[in-house]
Amino acid sequence: MAEFKLKIRRYDPESGAAPYWDEHTVDLEPHRSVLEGILQARNEKDGSIGVRCSCRAAICGSCGVRVNGKPGLACHTHLDDALASAGEDGVIEVEPMGNMPIIKDLIVDMDAVHWKKIQRVTPWLIGKEPVPEREYIVSRESMIDVTQSMACIQCGACVSDCLSMEVDPLFVGPAALAKTYRFVGDPRDAAHEQRLKDLGEDKHGIYDCTHCFKCIEACPKGVAPMNQIMRLRRIAGNDFHIKDRNNGERHEMAFVNNIEKNGILHEADLLPDSYGGKFHPRAVPELIASLPIVVTALLRRKMTPGKALLHPHKAPDGVKRIFEVVEGREERTEFNLYISGTDADNAPNPEVAEAIEAAEPAGVAPDGSEGSSA
Amino acid sequence: MKVAYWPGCVSRGFTAELHGSMAAVAPMLDIELVELDRANCCGAGVIAEHSQELADTLNARTFALAQQEITQGADLMMNICSTCQGAQSECQQRLDASAEYRAQVNETLADEGLEYQDGIINKNFLWVLVEEIGLDKLKTLVKQPLTDLRVGPFYGCYIVRPTDRLDINRAQPRDEYLGQVIETLGGTVIDYAGSHKCCGFPIITMNKEASLEQAGRHLADATDAEADCLVTPCPLCHLNLDLQQPMAAKQVGRDLNMPVLHLPQLVGLALGISPKELGLQHHIVKPTSVIDWSQAVVGGVSGW
Repeated sequence: MAEFKLKIRRYDPESGAAPYWDEHTVDLEPHRSVLEGILQARNEKDGSIGVRCSCRAAICGSCGVRVNGKPGLACHTHLDDALASAGEDGVIEVEPMGNMPIIKDLIVDMDAVHWKKIQRVTPWLIGKEPVPEREYIVSRESMIDVTQSMACIQCGACVSDCLSMEVDPLFVGPAALAKTYRFVGDPRDAAHEQRLKDLGEDKHGIYDCTHCFKCIEACPKGVAPMNQIMRLRRIAGNDFHIKDRNNGERHEMAFVNNIEKNGILHEADLLPDSYGGKFHPRAVPELIASLPIVVTALLRRKMTPGKALLHPHKAPDGVKRIFEVVEGREERTEFNLYISGTDADNAPNPEVAEAIEAAEPAGVAPDGSEGSSA
Repeated sequence: MKVAYWPGCVSRGFTAELHGSMAAVAPMLDIELVELDRANCCGAGVIAEHSQELADTLNARTFALAQQEITQGADLMMNICSTCQGAQSECQQRLDASAEYRAQVNETLADEGLEYQDGIINKNFLWVLVEEIGLDKLKTLVKQPLTDLRVGPFYGCYIVRPTDRLDINRAQPRDEYLGQVIETLGGTVIDYAGSHKCCGFPIITMNKEASLEQAGRHLADATDAEADCLVTPCPLCHLNLDLQQPMAAKQVGRDLNMPVLHLPQLVGLALGISPKELGLQHHIVKPTSVIDWSQAVVGGVSGW
């Protein structure tokens, strides 16, 4: 047994009092979880500590909290690991998740934010018609692919840390968009285009993500929501040519074309092109709004008119060739580490290989059946 | 040391002072820059969201060009942009994972006579400072310690997340390096909420309000923490934090006047290079507090 100091963020909105820190010392084996620490404090010290939990085995998703500022499952964080990431005072800080209102102490209102957003994306399969007599047949690869987003246990850790949602609470957010990919990536679903169109027409949809990687870092189940969002964008833009309300697809193509032409980014073109070109009605107010900054930048010689208007850098032939070959492919290649794994992962385990070799002379394979060494 | 140097796009475009200050600082740190002038944009995550293979092949081309320099004596590849670091690391992870996929990418590069071999070492200037040059060595080079200068670190998402891809762990706390460098240069590290958050730049054309709100909040948090300036290894963050600061101020409805320095500029000041030579006059937000500080120090030395 060892002693751990837990500092729990307490807050009861109904009391009218401000949030405060509440420190307790708990006595547990270092490999036990932070959740067990909280429960010990509640059971032995202060029965009023509010915490939600159920399975205690990282599968129900109830006990999402922030430990030392990082989101995760309290039941899935060992006390010794939490201590190692604690501050110099050696006190483990436990706080409620972010981006959601607090009901009490460590319990946040998942209904108000997380579940509302999940419901927003039609979280069920809309089957293809006609319904086959027996089962739908799908490839092994596409099945493995959607298992990544299916691994989500709805704990809200990604929602808690989403930096776009922090400034734009209407953003559909990482969990719901990962859920969207679960169906857009599923060959049995009939509504891929409608789903993406719906999220492209929502100003707070797939193009409101800043690629900050916070959700990838937060997820205790390896769902990598941001990667799923990027795949939604690829499918929306390339396969369905959806023109979204955020100019996201336009910006993406403006960027791609800019590099094909210049090899390196020519920023002066990127902004107007992202709005449809210098003289596009959408671009004009944007350009007028940025005029004071352009003038200051010119005065400070941050940029010169020549540099902004001329294109001194031309794409080398090698770059043009890459665009020709890759953009010319009939099907997009997408190397997905989640499906393929690395060469190192896929290499035969030397110990297993040795065991097989050792077993072979006897003519018996490791599973006990007759060996076929011939 | 000699590095195959990828300056990036923005450091030669809208933040030319970054490229310039790197060139000014490098010889003082004994870094020889061999510029990869034929290399191409990393795609900044945007090309990858259009086509992963396109982004991977473009970056494999840059890596292959760097590897040509490495066979001729360069120690590693160095970049000066958090976004380049992150976008290139992401592509490298896929390229290094599979010989089969690498072969497909190399087939496209073969037309130009290039080939990427797995395992290139590509480090941002920040990582080079701490891991290659070393903080002890850096300390001995400081001529004008940043005494009393209160500096807030601003990393940029791409250089701190995801931690496993970027090899950030307790033994290698790359997400704490900026603070370590500021301290080594004699400055005071300011702790504020936004240091590891997103500047908002990637969505500036898609959701301008949300983008500027992010920049504005971080600048306001740093102001409340009484920072004299911010420092960033990412020129794209610099665009939203400095170039767009007047708009961000409007968005959050308060005056912001927070100078934002590029990492080589901060290092340069401590090594005794003049603010003008480091291009501080090109910033949108005049780095008055930093200039005042440097003049006070110079004045203090020469006047007494």
